[in-house]
Amino acid sequence: MIEIENLSVKRGGQTIVRGVSTRLEGGRIHAIIGPNGTGKTTLLRAIFGDLPIDKGVVRIENKTISATGRKRLSDWREHIAYMPQDTGADVALTVLEVVVLGRLGKLSLHIDDETLEMAMDRLNQAGIGHLAGRDIASLSGGQRQMVLFAQVLMRQPKVMLLDEPVSALDLKHQVALLDVVRRETRANGWATLVVLHDLNLACQYADNLLVIADGTLKASGPPKQIMTPDLVHETYGIHVEVLHDRRGNPVVQPLGNIHEISSEDEISPANEGMLA
Amino acid sequence: MTIPTSNAEAIGAHRARERRRWRTVLLFLALMAASFVLDIATGPSMLSPAEVLRSLTGLGDRAPMTDSIVRSLRLPMALMALVVGAALGAGGAQMQTILNNPMASPYTLGMAAAAGFGAALVLAVGGLGLSAMIAVPLGAFVFSMLAAFFLFMLASMRRMNTETIILGGIALLFLFQSLLSLIQFLSSPELSQQILFWLFGSLTKATWPTLTLTAIVTLVCCIVLMADSWKLAALRMGEMRAASLGVNVRFLRMKVLVIVAIMTATATSFVGVIGFIGLVAPHIARMTVGEDQRYFLPMSVISGALMLSAASVLSKSIIPGALFPVGIVTAIVGVPFLLWLIFAPRKRT
Repeated sequence: MIEIENLSVKRGGQTIVRGVSTRLEGGRIHAIIGPNGTGKTTLLRAIFGDLPIDKGVVRIENKTISATGRKRLSDWREHIAYMPQDTGADVALTVLEVVVLGRLGKLSLHIDDETLEMAMDRLNQAGIGHLAGRDIASLSGGQRQMVLFAQVLMRQPKVMLLDEPVSALDLKHQVALLDVVRRETRANGWATLVVLHDLNLACQYADNLLVIADGTLKASGPPKQIMTPDLVHETYGIHVEVLHDRRGNPVVQPLGNIHEISSEDEISPANEGMLA
Repeated sequence: MTIPTSNAEAIGAHRARERRRWRTVLLFLALMAASFVLDIATGPSMLSPAEVLRSLTGLGDRAPMTDSIVRSLRLPMALMALVVGAALGAGGAQMQTILNNPMASPYTLGMAAAAGFGAALVLAVGGLGLSAMIAVPLGAFVFSMLAAFFLFMLASMRRMNTETIILGGIALLFLFQSLLSLIQFLSSPELSQQILFWLFGSLTKATWPTLTLTAIVTLVCCIVLMADSWKLAALRMGEMRAASLGVNVRFLRMKVLVIVAIMTATATSFVGVIGFIGLVAPHIARMTVGEDQRYFLPMSVISGALMLSAASVLSKSIIPGALFPVGIVTAIVGVPFLLWLIFAPRKRT
C-alpha cells in the first residue's frame, strides 16, 4: 500500500504537484488521468524518489520519503518498479539482455539459466518471446515499450509505477499489456499506479481513478462512481457523454467543443446513456 | 495470438551468442599477441618472429645481442603499447558509456590537452627541483586530473546533463590547447621542439618502472569497472531507465569519471598525447560484441591494445630505420579507420 500525505513537488521553482493526499491499496490498479502538463509524471517521479519533495510524505509499508528524508534512495526503491515514458533505447543489447537487466543488483558476471528462464517467461507474458534475440534498437517504439514492460516485470516489485505504458502501442497490444498488469497486480498484491490518457482504458482497467488537474487531486474513486460528464468537463474542458458497457463500466464519448455542438446534437441533462 | 517462444530454444540461442562473442574476443586477443610479437621484431635491426619468441621464452639457440635487443630495448616499449592502448580503450569506452555519447573520450574532453599543457609548463618553467624524468609526467598527470576534476564538478551538479558535461570538456580542450600554444609561442625554439616531441606521444619514453606502474593502475581500474558492468549497461539505456532499475546514476557517473581519469592520466603522462584510440576502440567493440559490458569492456581493452601495438609496428615500418612518434601514426591511420567504421555496413555477433 502507498500512503501519500499532503504531497507537494516543485520543478524549476514552480509548484507542479500541490497537496495531494491519497491511499493506494495493494492488489489494485490505480490509474492517474488528467490533461497534459498537470503533474502526473511529476507525481510518479516524486513517489519513485527521483524528484525532491517540497512538502508532505510518501509512505510505502514502513518506509517513508519526505522533504528531509530521502537519503537512502536505493533502499526506498528496492521494491518499486518504475517504467518511464521514454522508450528510447539506442543501445547494442538484445531484447533478452535488456529484460535480464531488470534483475540488476542480483546479477553476477554469468547469467544463470534460471534468470534467463525468468526473462523468457516475462517476454512470453508480454507476448513478445519471439523477439528475444533481436537488437532492442531495431524494434519499433511499440515493441520497445513491450520489452521495457517485461523488464519492469522482472523487478518483482511491491509497487509498480507505469508512466503511459501504452502510449506507443496498437489496440491489441494495449489490451495485452494492461491484461498482464491486471493479472500480475491481483496475483502478487502489487500496488500499481499507472498514468493513462485513454479514459476508456482507464475506466476499463482501473479499480481506482485519480483525476489530476493543475497539480491537485480533483477526484478519486472507482470509475463507476466518479466518471461523470461534469468531471470530464471540469478537468479537460470538453463535453462528453458517459455511457456504460454491459459490465457497468463507464464509456466516455467525446462530443467536441461546446461551441461546435449543434442544436440537434444537444444531449439530455443527465448526459448519460446505456450502450446497447 | 502469439505462440509463446520455447524458453529452451531462446536460451540456447543466447548461449550460442555468448560463445560467438567469446570467440571474437579470443580472435582479437590472438591478433593482439601477433601484433605484440611483430612490434618486438620490428626496428632498425629486423628480427624474425621465431627469434623473438625464442628470446621471450628463453628456449632454443639465441644470440646474446638478440636477447638484449628484445628484452631490454623493445619489450618495455611493446608492452607499454599494449598497456597504454588498453587504458585508452577502456577509458574511452566508459566515457562514452557514462556520457551516453559516441564522441566522448579522454582526448575529446580535454584531459589529454590538459596533460600536454602540464608537461609543457614543467618543461618551460622547471620541475621545482625534481628531475625532468619525474617532473614532466607528474605535471601532465596533475593537469589531466585537474581537467577531470572540473568535469567531475560539472557532473556532480544536479542540473547538469551529459551534453553540458561534454560541452565543458570541449571548452577545456580549447582552453588547454590555447594555453599550450601560448607557452610554445613564448618559448625558445629548442624548448618548443622539446614540447612538441612530448606532445607527439611516443613509446620510447617507456621504462620498466613506468610500465609496471601504468600496468598496475590500468589493471586495478579495469577490475573496478568490470564490477559495475551491469550498472554501466543499464546506464546506456538512459539515465531515467538506469535510475528506475536502482542505479545511483550520479554516483556511478562520478565514480567512473574518477577511475577513467586516473587510468588515462597515468598512461598519458608517461607516453604523451595519443589520440583516437579512446575514440575508436569502443566503436570496434560495440560493432563486434555489442554493449553487454561483460564483453564490451574486455573487447575495448583488447581493441585499444591491438590498435596501439599495430600503430607502433607501423611507426617503425614507414621508413625502415626511422622511428615515427606513435601518436602521429594513430591519428593518421585513425581518421580513415573511423570513417570506415561510420560508413561500413554493420554486422555484429
